Amino acid sequence: MTARTPPFADGAREGLANPQLRRNLRKATTTIRDKRAAVVAECDDWDELREAGRRIKAHAVRHLDRHLADLERSVTERGGVVHWARDAAEANAIVARLTRAAGSDAVIKVKSLATDEIGLNEALAREGIAATETDLAELIVQLSEDRPSHILVPAIHRNRMEIAELFRAHLPGAQDVSSDPAALTAAARAHLREKFLSVRVGVSGANFAVAETGTVCVVESEGNGRMCTTLPEVLITVMGIEKVLPRFADLEVMLQLLPRSSTGERMNPYTSLWTGVREHDGPQAFHLILLDNGRTSVLADEAGRDALHCIRCSACLNVCPVYERTGGHAYGATYPGPIGAILAPQLAGLQDHDDLPWASSLCGACYEVCPVKIDIPSILVHLRRRVVAQGGPGHGRLDPERLAMAALGRVFLHRRRYEAAQKAARVGAWPLSRDGRIERRLPGPLKGWTAMRDLKAPPAESFREWWAASRSQGDRDAGSSLRERPGRGGSEGGGDSEPRA
Amino acid sequence: MTDARSAILGAVRAALADVPGDEAARWDGPGPAGSPDAYRDGPPDGAAAPVDLFEERVADYRAEVVRCTSVAEAVAAVCARQGARRLAIPPDVPEAWLPGALAWERDAPGRPLATAALDAVDGVLTGAAVAIAATGTIALDHGPRQGRRALTLVPDLHLCVVRADQVVATVPEGLRRLRGAVDDGRPLTLVSGPSATSDIELERVEGVHGPRRLVVLVVR
Repeated sequence: MTARTPPFADGAREGLANPQLRRNLRKATTTIRDKRAAVVAECDDWDELREAGRRIKAHAVRHLDRHLADLERSVTERGGVVHWARDAAEANAIVARLTRAAGSDAVIKVKSLATDEIGLNEALAREGIAATETDLAELIVQLSEDRPSHILVPAIHRNRMEIAELFRAHLPGAQDVSSDPAALTAAARAHLREKFLSVRVGVSGANFAVAETGTVCVVESEGNGRMCTTLPEVLITVMGIEKVLPRFADLEVMLQLLPRSSTGERMNPYTSLWTGVREHDGPQAFHLILLDNGRTSVLADEAGRDALHCIRCSACLNVCPVYERTGGHAYGATYPGPIGAILAPQLAGLQDHDDLPWASSLCGACYEVCPVKIDIPSILVHLRRRVVAQGGPGHGRLDPERLAMAALGRVFLHRRRYEAAQKAARVGAWPLSRDGRIERRLPGPLKGWTAMRDLKAPPAESFREWWAASRSQGDRDAGSSLRERPGRGGSEGGGDSEPRA
Repeated sequence: MTDARSAILGAVRAALADVPGDEAARWDGPGPAGSPDAYRDGPPDGAAAPVDLFEERVADYRAEVVRCTSVAEAVAAVCARQGARRLAIPPDVPEAWLPGALAWERDAPGRPLATAALDAVDGVLTGAAVAIAATGTIALDHGPRQGRRALTLVPDLHLCVVRADQVVATVPEGLRRLRGAVDDGRPLTLVSGPSATSDIELERVEGVHGPRRLVVLVVR
């Protein structure tokens, strides 16, 4: 497989050092966040919709084999052809073969995370097939040989001046385009229109595919999705197997949840739904590629499989304090942000991206906004446990943090060791403390931990010492001093009994 | 080596070994009022006629709304204002919708207009299947008076006629009315405002690839 991705911490450091990126991200995330909040507040049944969404996806995923077989049957009955791909290489080979069979050396593409994930454009290029991204942001990313940094607005890290330069250099007839977004959009329209009207093969992803009816659904804003799924002679759709919905009626929930969570609109400008092939209307050949590429290994983890419920709205990116500061590139994965932190490592079988479960403060904001109620923080913790258990990078048996935690565990287990450690800390910290704080970096293995944190110096008297002293006084004083420290007590006051492990 | 299909389905089944065999495979719609998944599938009690909200929401997404009683008169006025002289129309749009002064090209099943011809007309005039008030959406099921998909996609101006009785309040009601078309194998296109992008510095630009101007004629 591919080489390991660079660690999140390195990417994050780069992102944090880029003020333009941070400014753009803050503007994007706060704007979309506010729009989302406003349209969600319009729905007095939002909680019920989320619960319905959660149940739909849970049913879909927990009986995935049945729904996939149903989808295959219904699409085939309507004149479509269903293909199965275990991994990226198989999926890419199918697309290349179908494109050549159609007598074409070019495809036009609707924005699709699944095809990003499998590196379709690069694979097609190796086969001599030119893929053109038709979503404006994806076109910007493609022309600059860059990577997307946000699920919804992939070029949010670029400003208008950079985009104007790019278009002047790469788009025929756009040598003098201004940096006004309307002018840039018009230049992209002119460039792509010719492709839409001439290229014979379209490639799309799928937001949803309905097992019951064989209907595939793509939501978008610009009209490029309609173009790619309507005008070509051949349409190839690549979808992850988890995108299946059991019933057509499930769309009435999803088409409310997705746009409001994603762009903060009541409904996105265009939603296209097609069922196989329709005579005299649209592509006369339709191929649906069902992609595994790690999804069945996500499915096998009972505690982690809910990550497959994701409908790719990106609401969790926009509320994440970590994403807002580091940007999407730091994650090094097709799926960034909180959802990426649980999806990317699982799709890679924990062989890659296994530092991403730590790219979170576990604040829980992602869970609150998730339209299908994926408990991202719990899955993050679960994955941390799995990575540590398998001795992932930085978590080997002789890892200093692991050794320190083991030592602390032994100290906390017995009262005398614990009390001795408190005394030792007081003595050890005394030369480093000033005004009750330790502002210097600690030596040895604690260096990293204190590089950006101040510590409170250990107090002159520990609670246990205070308790022992006040209790012997309280024997004389009827325990009045207990009330001076309310809110404490309970099992801590167990006298001579050993604390329970 | 097994084929990809059996390998994937086999892996799915192995991964789901913990799921009880008798568990329901589908969720069967919202429970009764008060259940945690009982979302709204009709208008709130005492709500105004959905057509009023529809007009407001369509306009909010910067499509033009024209209230009319005579379609032909409204079409004439809109075309004059938009500078449109020649429209494409689906095979079954009634002549009563077409003002005399306007040139039109009819898309016929046997003789479809070439994509280049659709690119050359000034606009397209169609009906709709359903309209959804809550989201300001017009839904095309490419049945009567709507034509095939390319017709409402390639021209730069879309005039869409919606009757007041085609407007429903909510997304669930709208999709339920569209189910028949899906069973008939027809595609669906949901349109909420003109095409738009916010991809450059999040600044909204209307009019990318789909029709850059959308005019909804509400007949009431």
